[in-house]
Amino acid sequence: MAAIEILDLEKTYLVGFWHKRPKLALRPLRLRVEEGEVFGFLGPNGAGKTTTLKLLMGLVFPTAGTAQLLGKELDDPAVRSQIGFLPEQPYFYDHLTARELLNYYGQLSGVPAKGRSARVEQMLERVGLSDSGNVQLRKFSKGMLQRVGLAQAILHDPKLVFLDEPMSGLDPMGRREVRDLIQQLRSEGKTVFFSTHILSDAEALCDRVAVIHQGELRGVGAIADLTSGTQGKIEIIFYAPKVPAGLISLGAVARISGDMVNAVLPEEHQDAALELLRRERFKLISLAPVRKSLEEYYIQKLQPDGIQRSAGQEEGNELGTQESRKGVGV
Amino acid sequence: MNSRIGYIAFNTFREAVRDRVLYNLIAFALLLSGAAILVGEISIDIERLVVVNLGLTAVSLFGVVIAIFIGIGLVSKEIEKRTLYTVLSRPVRRWEFVVGKFFGLTGTLVVNTLCMAVGVLLALLYVAHKFEKMDVWVLVALYFIVLQFLIVCALALFFSSFSTPLMSAVFTFALFVIGSLAEDLRGFARMTHGLGGWLATGIAYLVPNFSALNVITQVAHGDAVAGRLILYNSIYALLYSAMAISGAVLIFQRRNLK
Repeated sequence: MAAIEILDLEKTYLVGFWHKRPKLALRPLRLRVEEGEVFGFLGPNGAGKTTTLKLLMGLVFPTAGTAQLLGKELDDPAVRSQIGFLPEQPYFYDHLTARELLNYYGQLSGVPAKGRSARVEQMLERVGLSDSGNVQLRKFSKGMLQRVGLAQAILHDPKLVFLDEPMSGLDPMGRREVRDLIQQLRSEGKTVFFSTHILSDAEALCDRVAVIHQGELRGVGAIADLTSGTQGKIEIIFYAPKVPAGLISLGAVARISGDMVNAVLPEEHQDAALELLRRERFKLISLAPVRKSLEEYYIQKLQPDGIQRSAGQEEGNELGTQESRKGVGV
Repeated sequence: MNSRIGYIAFNTFREAVRDRVLYNLIAFALLLSGAAILVGEISIDIERLVVVNLGLTAVSLFGVVIAIFIGIGLVSKEIEKRTLYTVLSRPVRRWEFVVGKFFGLTGTLVVNTLCMAVGVLLALLYVAHKFEKMDVWVLVALYFIVLQFLIVCALALFFSSFSTPLMSAVFTFALFVIGSLAEDLRGFARMTHGLGGWLATGIAYLVPNFSALNVITQVAHGDAVAGRLILYNSIYALLYSAMAISGAVLIFQRRNLK
C-alpha cells in the first residue's frame, strides 16, 4: 500500500479584490510515496511545496484531483490520527508551556489519558526540551519552537510524518539533531515526507526526491540514481611540483595545492593522461569519475526546459513510483 | 459533549484567563461598580437605583467589549498565527473546532460576569446594608446580560470566520448597537408601509433583539421580570446563537486556510 498517493491534485486560487483572477498554485500533480520511504519534496520558495502539504492536510481544498493517505481519503478522520505534521515556521499557543501544549495535542490526537503524560515526557526528552517543559512558549527561541513542532508531529506515534522545511531556523547542531530524528523515524519504519530547499539535507536523508517548480512537478527519482550518472569527466589527483603542460593540452582544468594537483578532464583523455603521469613519474593518488550531484539535477530541473518526457526518464514511469529507481536518465 | 470540543473549549478558556488584558477590563468594571457607590451616596433615596443601573450597565458594556475582543480573534488569529494548522491536521473536524471555541469563550464570559456580578452585589449590599427580595431580579438581569454575551460571541465568531479581526469587530459592535435599538426598529417598521415597511420589518427581525434582553432599568426600579420573558429570551438567545454558529461552521467548512 502506498503511504501517499496523489492523483492529479490541482489548486488554483482566485485572487484580486473581487476574487476573480485565477492564480495557479499547483498544476495537476501525480505522485506516489511508498510506506517506509523518506521522501524529499524539493523546490525553491513559492514552488508549491507548502500548497501540496496543505492540500494533503485538508487545510486547503483542491480545485481538482484526489489523494489518499495510507489508503484512505483525505477527509477520513481515521487517517488523521495516523499522520503527524510540522508546518513551516510553526507558531503555537504561546500562553501554554511546552508540556501543556503537547498534552493538549495528545488529547486532540486521541492519545489515551493513561500514559499520555509519560509520552509527553518522552517526546520532550527526545527533542531535548526536558528542562524547558514548564516554560511558556512565548519565551521560546525559534529553534526551540521548531523542536516543539517536531515533538508534536510525532507525539501520537504516527505512521506518516509530514515536515515542512524542518531545518528552517535551526543552527547546525539543531539541523543535525533533526537529521538524526528523521533517520530514527526511518529505522522505526515510518514514512517521512519533507519539503526543503536545502539539498544537502535531502541528499543525506532521502530515499527519493521530487523537484517542483512554479507549481509543476519537474522530476522524481531515487537519490542513488540521480547522483549515479557521470558527467563524462574524470578527476585525477596526483603529486607533482606543478601542473604538467601536457595535461592542459588534454583539456584539463587543474589546480595545485602544495605538492598535490587536482585535475578534471574529459573521460576520453583518461589513458593519455595516465600515460603522461607515468612518463613524468608523478605519483597517482586517485582517479574517479565526476558524478552528478543532486544540486546539478535540481538546477537542471528548474530550467524552463527541465521537464523531461522522454522514455526512461523518471516522469515516464507511472506515478513516479519506486520503479523509477531502475531507470532514471539524467 | 464530544471530548475534542471539550479540550478545545478548555484551551480557549485557559488562553483567555491567561490574557492579562482581561484582568484590566474586569478591574475597570469593578472600579466602575465602586464608583456607583459614590454616585449612589450623593443621590439621596435612590442609591439602590443608581448602583444597580450603573453597575449592571458596566457589567454589560465591559462584557460586550470582552466578548468582541476575544471573539473576533478566535478563528482569524488562529489562521493568522497558523496555530490552526497543527489542530486541524489531527482528527479534529472543523465544526468541532468552531463549536469548541464558542463554548470556551462562553465559559470565559460566564466566569467574568460572575466576577463582575460579585462586585455589583457587594456595592448593592454596601449602600442598602442588606439584600431585599426584589434583588433577585438583579440576578435575572445578570442572566439576560449573559444571554446577550452568548449572542455577541456567536456573532463575533460568525464574522471572524470570513472577515478580518478589525472588520469583524466593527460588524459585531454595529449589530450590538442596532440590536439594542431593535424595539424602536420594530416600532418604526410597524409605522412604515410598502417596500420600505417590508424592508424595515425584515431588518428589525433579523438583527438580534438586545433591547428585549436589557431589563436593567426595570430591575433598578425593583420591578419584577415576567417568567414568560425569561423563557422567551432564553430560547431566543439559544436559537440566535445556534444560527450564527451554524453560519460560522458553514463558512469555515469551505474556507481555504492559506
